Amino acid sequence: MSAVIDSHSDDHHHGPAKGITRWLYTTNHKDIGTLYLWFSFLMLFLGGAMAMVIRAELFEPGSQIVSPEFYNQMLTNHGLIMVFGAVMPAFVGLANWIIPMQIGAPDMALPRMNNLSFWILPVAFGILISTFFMEGGGPNFGWTFYAPLSTTYAPPTVTFFIFAVHIMGASSIMGSINIITTILNMRAPGMTFMKMPLFTWTWLITAYLLIAVMPVLAGAVTMMLMDIHFGTSFFNAAGGGDPVLFQHIFWFFGHPEVYIMILPAFGIVSHIIETFSRKPIFGYTSMVYAIASIAILSFIVWAHHMFTVGMPIAGELFFMYTTMLIAIPTGVKVFNWLSTMFKGSISFETPMLFSIAFVALFTIGGLSGLMLAIAPADFQYHDTYFVVAHFHYVLVPGAIFGIIAGVYYWLPKWTGNMYDEVLGKTHFWMSFISVNITFFPMHFVGLAGMPRRIPDYALQFADFNMVISIGAFIFGLTQLLFLFIILKSIFAGKQATSEVWEGAKGLEWTVASPAPYHTFETPPEVK
Amino acid sequence: MVLIKRIFAALISCCVSLPLFAGWGDVNMTPGVNALSREIFDLHMTIFWICVVIGALVLGFMVYLIVAFRKKEGDKPAQFDDHPVLEMTWTVLFAVILAVMAIPATFTMIRAYDDAEGDINILITGHQWKWQYEYLEDEVSFFSNLSTDLDQRNNIAPKSDNYLLEVDEPLVIPTNKRIRFLITANDVIHSWWVPDFAVKQDAIPGFINTAWTQVDEEGIFRGQCTELCGQYHGYMPVVVKAVSPEDYELWVNEKKEAKIQQALLTEKLWSTEELYEIGEGVYQTNCVACHQVNGEGLPPVFPALAGSDLVLNDKAKQIEILMEGVQGAAMQSYAEQLSEVDIAAVITYTRKAWGNDASGDGEIVIPKEILDYKNNKL
Repeated sequence: MSAVIDSHSDDHHHGPAKGITRWLYTTNHKDIGTLYLWFSFLMLFLGGAMAMVIRAELFEPGSQIVSPEFYNQMLTNHGLIMVFGAVMPAFVGLANWIIPMQIGAPDMALPRMNNLSFWILPVAFGILISTFFMEGGGPNFGWTFYAPLSTTYAPPTVTFFIFAVHIMGASSIMGSINIITTILNMRAPGMTFMKMPLFTWTWLITAYLLIAVMPVLAGAVTMMLMDIHFGTSFFNAAGGGDPVLFQHIFWFFGHPEVYIMILPAFGIVSHIIETFSRKPIFGYTSMVYAIASIAILSFIVWAHHMFTVGMPIAGELFFMYTTMLIAIPTGVKVFNWLSTMFKGSISFETPMLFSIAFVALFTIGGLSGLMLAIAPADFQYHDTYFVVAHFHYVLVPGAIFGIIAGVYYWLPKWTGNMYDEVLGKTHFWMSFISVNITFFPMHFVGLAGMPRRIPDYALQFADFNMVISIGAFIFGLTQLLFLFIILKSIFAGKQATSEVWEGAKGLEWTVASPAPYHTFETPPEVK
Repeated sequence: MVLIKRIFAALISCCVSLPLFAGWGDVNMTPGVNALSREIFDLHMTIFWICVVIGALVLGFMVYLIVAFRKKEGDKPAQFDDHPVLEMTWTVLFAVILAVMAIPATFTMIRAYDDAEGDINILITGHQWKWQYEYLEDEVSFFSNLSTDLDQRNNIAPKSDNYLLEVDEPLVIPTNKRIRFLITANDVIHSWWVPDFAVKQDAIPGFINTAWTQVDEEGIFRGQCTELCGQYHGYMPVVVKAVSPEDYELWVNEKKEAKIQQALLTEKLWSTEELYEIGEGVYQTNCVACHQVNGEGLPPVFPALAGSDLVLNDKAKQIEILMEGVQGAAMQSYAEQLSEVDIAAVITYTRKAWGNDASGDGEIVIPKEILDYKNNKL
């Protein structure tokens, strides 16, 4: 009897396998988290390189380096890769690493599915990127792929694009099932829902959003596939179909999708502000309710992306009002973060700098979002650079700064070494300044009348576009510094303590740094 | 070095042209030239200032927090973590501010959504990559193409003032008349936008959307397509010329006269050279986007014309393609867009240019053949 128990516990304490098989066959949440994060980093640079091509083309009026056709391929794949390849996998990577440690679980609930949901991602993006080397080129219809431009008028490679989107969707759905199952079933004894860390909370809600909308996206691309290859006319007006139907379906997926890309960042930033203000988070309960309200509202605002398609006025007004409502829970969150800092004892390490910038610049993005919600004014804003400015403010200094802040915050826990604080701060200031040089003037050219998704523009937009491009080049180059800082902290740096940050709260700070391969095999007791 | 100088100049001019110094036009929405556009502009400015004030308060408070509560030796941070009254207060406050914005927005929205008939009703059809305008009462119809030439776009010639915002034939409307636009599309979704009118309406195949304007001053107003519609999405501007009602009448009569003249031309005897010359011009405006200047196209999406068996030897099929378009491809019907002379000329051109003359049957097409094709269809 005792012999059996012994061999069992031996099994439990083995370390990672050697070589490539460690990564191919791994079912360890930390390994899979690492894979997700590196994959997302690779995609960030690929999507970023495409952004650089776009900004080089727009550096001056007139044709610069690429053809209009290739420009469209760049802007489409920049969007697709950043949304599905960079931001979403980065959050899933963080979830994999952090959620089990935050709730005191030994691993994710479904480790083999976890492995599968990661490893089909490189396949999906391999398929997507391979279209660049096929006849007709890659997808060129925008990341929103409106029919019939993406069906009847699409390049022949659109079928590969559809297949890639299906696989990405399957990966996201499996990832969400795993996260929900883990959070619902594997919390340490005593961790009630209202004691759950906010990052775990945001991910629980995000995972439900993903499960709800990813099948809708799959439905949309399947209908496209039918239209292209099997003679149906879902979106083809000539056959009795409805091109606007596509937009309704797409945005029913698309709007929850944009909250999928920001909610986990809310969670990360809440932890960081709490830690570095040395004060408990203000209004934990209202934070949870605010996240839940944002998630619920996200299902009834989708047509604010479509104010100019010719909806009936009742539709315009309904979607205007519901969209404006989102400002309430979002405002609550911002005020809660500020109140957390109020009367705190604030220090400004790199994660905190990124988090403060997150709150400030996300507020700007939120306010321009409020302007865009005003339907009659949106007739002037719609599909101009004002929109581009808005969604980049919530996605770059929003989602991506949130991810970067999280990486700096938890990096010592992953590597066991502190990152280089001076380089980290340099990275922050360079990013903060250049991100504003890049995206702030977009508000101006947008209001002055520059449409989005154009490869060339009228002369009055020339000066601002040059400034935008310069900002973008600086921002792009700065992220190489981020790569260097991470590599440096993997191989060297001051040994981190288990707590890492003075007064950091949460179970992940009770395990050693670097976190052992297996943590919480015996569940901790939460009081 | 020149580049550095230009970057510097751009940076300086941007700093200088920031709101305080230059006109708002470079950095803000236009108030426009009709009642609706001015109303929307006012609404925009109201929301804008509300957002600026909120933004300034939030960011200002953040700066205060950063300065006042930075960590000091022997700090004792407070440990409170909620304040229900305060939380309720700001939630209600947000709701009130939103209501203040929503009320005027609702009324403006209702005024913008007025689809009553106009004094003049114009059907606007988006095509890849041009606009078609049909005056329903006056029975005038024409296409409006970008007129900026390739040399400017390729940085060979200096760029004109209205680079990419100029067309061969603008939409002409009279002032002080209610104009209703009926907007649709022929292939993919486009969007017709004139900022000065505050009209932006998607042009969707199978749907007819409406918008309206009433312009009180003469002038030329420029806009662009604002919905990604394929590779030349950035090259389909909208130009509207508002003229006095008298000038508008004159213009309508001129257009009708020109139509009669055009019809007479089909009866004329044409030489190959004449057709080739006209065809070359037609090709430059209508065909180069896809089939390219050298006739090589961009296979597999846009087929080559140079050396194409169809162009070399199958005159009848070529006429049919130009008249009917190709189902499921970007190739559209030109029967409505081009005159019989232009269609005959451009076919002749493609059969003679790029060495096709030598390798094919070398037959030309005369306008009469196009007319016959049309008549046979009837």
